Amino acid sequence: MTMTPPAPLLRVEGLTHYYGSRLGCGDVSFDLYPGEVLGIVGESGSGKSTLLSCLSARQEPGGGRVLYQSRHDGEIDLYSVSEPRRRLLMRTEWGIVHQNPRDGLRMTVSAGANIGERLMAVGARHYGEIRDQAIDWLGRVEISDDRTDDLPRTFSGGMQQRLQIARNLVTQPRLVFMDEPTGGLDVSVQARLLDLLRGLVSSLGLSVIIVTHDLAVARLLAHRLMVMKEGRVVESGLTDQVLDDPHHPYTQLLVSSVLQV
Amino acid sequence: MTSQTNAPLPAVAVRNLEKTFVLHTQGGARLPVFAGLTLDVFPGECVALHGPSGAGKSTLLRSLYANYKPGSGQVLVRHDGGTVDMVSATPHQILAVRRHTMGYVSQFLRVIPRVSTLDIVAEPLITLGTAPEEARDRARALLTRLRIAERLWSLAPATFSGGEQQRVNIARGFSVPYPVLLLDEPTASLDAANRATVLELITEAKQRGAAVIGIFHDADARAAVADRLFDVLPVPSQAA
Repeated sequence: MTMTPPAPLLRVEGLTHYYGSRLGCGDVSFDLYPGEVLGIVGESGSGKSTLLSCLSARQEPGGGRVLYQSRHDGEIDLYSVSEPRRRLLMRTEWGIVHQNPRDGLRMTVSAGANIGERLMAVGARHYGEIRDQAIDWLGRVEISDDRTDDLPRTFSGGMQQRLQIARNLVTQPRLVFMDEPTGGLDVSVQARLLDLLRGLVSSLGLSVIIVTHDLAVARLLAHRLMVMKEGRVVESGLTDQVLDDPHHPYTQLLVSSVLQV
Repeated sequence: MTSQTNAPLPAVAVRNLEKTFVLHTQGGARLPVFAGLTLDVFPGECVALHGPSGAGKSTLLRSLYANYKPGSGQVLVRHDGGTVDMVSATPHQILAVRRHTMGYVSQFLRVIPRVSTLDIVAEPLITLGTAPEEARDRARALLTRLRIAERLWSLAPATFSGGEQQRVNIARGFSVPYPVLLLDEPTASLDAANRATVLELITEAKQRGAAVIGIFHDADARAAVADRLFDVLPVPSQAA
C-alpha cells in the first residue's frame, strides 16, 4: 500500500549541545525520509549551524542520538561507532555542501580533479572513466568541458558553488547536508543554482537537510521546515503551512519581516 | 441523503471545522474565521462556496488543502482506498493526498525561476510517475486549449501577463485527473473564450467523477458549473 512510508533514513532523538553553559541546540528530534528535503530556518545564532554540524558528524553532541539507516549495515548510531567508520560513511553515503565553496573544494587542483578525487576516495582507479564521469558531472552542473583542467580559483562564485555540488554528488550520496548553499551569491546566480539543485534533488531522489535564513529558498526546495530560535525548534511542519499559516510568534515575526518585491 | 445501501460516500467530509488566526505580531489579536463548519462533497458534484468578501471562503479552501492549519475538527478525504484527515495527518500523508487525490488551483501562479511553462504544467504528472514525454503531451494539449501561444511554452512564465499566468496555473491544476479539485476564482481575469474553456474543463472533471469545491465571484460561471451553494458566513470579530 502506498500509504505506508518507508523506514526513515535518519532518526534524530533529543539532540542537545552546549558550548560551555550556552545552549547551541536543545532537544531536537525528527525523522527524515528517503527523498525528503528538510529545511532548517532561523536567524543567525539560532542554532541552525550547530545542529547541522551535530547531524553531519562534524560535532559530537553533548546528548541525544543520530541514527542513520546505512546502505548495507542497517541502522548506525552515529556517535557510538568508530571515527574511521564515521569517516567512511561521510565519504560513501553523505555529501556536505558548505556555504563557502573554498571550504568544500580543493583550490589547488583542477575542477576535474576536484570531482575525480572523490571518485578515487571510494575506490575508482580507471583514469579514463574517472575523467569521463568528471566531465559528465561538470555538464550536469552547467560547467563546460573546456574548463575541466582549470583551477577553481579562476571560477566565479556561482561556478565554484556548482563545482562543489558536483564534487558532492558524483559519488551518489543518499543524504546531503547543505549550509546556506546560496548565501553570498547574486540573486540571478542564486536562481540558477536553486533551479539546478531542485532538478538534481528530485531526479536523484536525494534526501537533503538544508540550513538557510532565506525563506524563499526554503519554500522552493524544502518539503518540511523546522524553525529554530535560541537553540530550540519552535515550530515545524509542511513548508507551505509554516510559511503561509505560521503559529509561533517567532515564525510569524520571521514571515512578516520578509520584504515584498 | 437517502438511506440506499449503495449511496455514494463523500469524497470530502468536513466535520466541525474551526479556524482562528492569532496574530502575535499585532498584540495577540484573535480573528475567528469559522467554527462548527460541516460539509459533504460527493464525487461528480461541484459545490460553490458563497459569501461576502472576507467571510473566509479562501481560508476554508486552504484549510481543506492543509495549507492552513485549522484549530479543531476534521477534513476527511477519501484517498487510496482509505480516509485521511487532513487536519491530523502527517506531512507525508498530506503530500501523498496532494500528489494523487487533491488538486488546488490558487489565484496566483508561484513562478519558479528558469522552469519552462511546459514543464510547470507537466510536473505534477511526472511526479506521479508518468513518462515525461507523455506528461508533456498532456501539458501541450491543455496549453493549446487554454490558448497559450506555442512560442511561450519554452519560456518561464515570470514575464507573462496576469491572465496568461492564471491560465498556466489552471493547466497545471488540471494536468492530473484528481478525484478532488479545489478552485479559487479560476475564471477571474480571463476573457470570455478562456472562461468558457475553464468551465468546460470543470464540467469534464465532474463528468469523470471529480468532487469540485470552488469560489466563483462571477455569477454566470457559478451558475454554469455549480450544483449547489454552500454559505460561508463571517463570524463576528472580537478583536475590533
